[in-house]
Amino acid sequence: MDYMIRTEGLVKRYGKVVALDGLDLAVEQGTVLGLLGPNGAGKTTAVRILCTLLDADEGTAEVAGLDVRTQPDKVRERIGLSGQNAAVDEYLTGYENLEMVGRLYHLGRSKSRLRARELLDQFDLSEAADRPAKTYSGGMRRRLDLAAALVAKPDVMFLDEPTTGLDPRSRIQMWETIQGLVAAGSTALLTTQYMEEADRLAEDILVVDHGRMIAHGTSDQLKLQIGGERVEAVLADASDLPPARTILAGLSIDEVRVDEQTRKLTAAVTDGANVLKQVLQRFADANVAIVDIGLRRPTLDDVFLKLTGHVAEEAPESDEPKTETENVREKEAVR
Amino acid sequence: MSQVALAFADGAIVAKRNLIKIKRVPDILIWTTMSPIMFVLLFGYVFGSSIHLPGVNYREFLIGGIFAQTVVFGAGFTGSGLAEDMTKGIIDRFRSLPMARSAVLIGRTGSDVLYNSISIAVMSITGLLVGWRIRTGVIQAIGGFLLLLLFSYAVSWIMAYVGLKVASVQVFQNASFMVIFPATFVANTFVRSDFLPGPLRTFADWNPVSAVAQAAREAFGNTGSLPEPQVWSLRNPVLYTLMWVAIILMVFVPLSVRQYKNAALKD
Repeated sequence: MDYMIRTEGLVKRYGKVVALDGLDLAVEQGTVLGLLGPNGAGKTTAVRILCTLLDADEGTAEVAGLDVRTQPDKVRERIGLSGQNAAVDEYLTGYENLEMVGRLYHLGRSKSRLRARELLDQFDLSEAADRPAKTYSGGMRRRLDLAAALVAKPDVMFLDEPTTGLDPRSRIQMWETIQGLVAAGSTALLTTQYMEEADRLAEDILVVDHGRMIAHGTSDQLKLQIGGERVEAVLADASDLPPARTILAGLSIDEVRVDEQTRKLTAAVTDGANVLKQVLQRFADANVAIVDIGLRRPTLDDVFLKLTGHVAEEAPESDEPKTETENVREKEAVR
Repeated sequence: MSQVALAFADGAIVAKRNLIKIKRVPDILIWTTMSPIMFVLLFGYVFGSSIHLPGVNYREFLIGGIFAQTVVFGAGFTGSGLAEDMTKGIIDRFRSLPMARSAVLIGRTGSDVLYNSISIAVMSITGLLVGWRIRTGVIQAIGGFLLLLLFSYAVSWIMAYVGLKVASVQVFQNASFMVIFPATFVANTFVRSDFLPGPLRTFADWNPVSAVAQAAREAFGNTGSLPEPQVWSLRNPVLYTLMWVAIILMVFVPLSVRQYKNAALKD
């Protein structure tokens, strides 16, 4: 099989903190691998090693059949990186940013200009093309950053948390853009903290925690493993918790989670809509008063709870350092 | 393209990016060119009114020293620029591109030559206003300006190394002052070095900043009827300055490029 990205036993330590603890991954040509995990799971470290920005302590990493340690220059010609830190120059306009990147990929002057305009069009940034990136919203900056990664039509793309910190509307816009690229047959490694994002954008998902893989499969396989949707009910009265729990346990495919403080019950179910109807019926029969009830998709927390027995927790500050730009950008996104 | 040609081609693209920033944020340029104006006025009138050097108009003598001091200060711009870049996401972009590893440094030191030219021009005009004159020919004067720029370019590479090493604008500014002040004050910039006591005099005599100031004074004809300096370094200031430029570049170009690569791989 033709692997465009491949790592074996990748280890990276920062002092005592182990960011990567023997990570193996493989991405076939024309596919997208989603690397799903909480902050500090080692996702960004893996991307930085594969993009030749960081040296691994142990293990091997290959991109497009080239060893990242011994042939970093060749690797750089084949990849495009779009990171959570929106690596664009804020004083340059969108056009100037893309033109500069094209020149540095050695596309030549006229081709760089053409490609810059083309990408600005494609990413819906034409109107803002001649404004400094400083004036862009968080979502626009991310789109510009993604465009910069695509300037040289790279064989392999690295998308490091492309939507972290974006507002919902920008997130959906970004998803649509990436989906377009995926449909066109790009090869990519995508990291994310959002189950939903991995679900939408990657056919193959690797769940990582503390630098190790804890689950691997297609989105459907993982969901089967962690149990499809969740029925979540908040009760009016805490005394109803035991009977409600019994009702849910009868319909759930897994143990029912009870949070006494918020009077909230969560149960993993398959065929959610039908089950929800039954739950409502049985609650009514048993006189269980509810404040809120609903069906939701499994979140990263559910995945982690199921696979590791603990909720996704942030590792100590070692992996994904925030830069000044990002802080500024987040402030702007809030605005 | 050969490796060297590639490094310069990529460097030119990075330099263009740096210059666009100056265009977009002109405040940076305005405030940093203000400092040479301040130095000329401050030293010219404070020291100029109380210090008298027999055989020369002190204010005219002083300008050569301020030229030398200003190009050393100006080189600091390289360090703070790189230190700032290192904290931004754009440096990750550069590192992931198939560009020459030295291009970010070549571009930065290159764009700072233009920046320093502007600051020398501003300073010359201020000097002319307070009575400084070029008393030699055009060719000699141009030679003087070129030597100042060349020395500044070399010092830029020292500052680049320090800027990459500390990777914080704040720390860089504090650290560089510790070096820049003694280097520009224990010299013949504001007084004649042979008036200094023992070890200070030796340091000042052989300090390259003294040679640069001396070379500038000679190039612009501001030495009046001062006695000939006695040490070799000041009798051959152009040669001595060029020697320092060569040494600094030979040491700090490879050192800075290595530091850039390593900073890129560790963080």
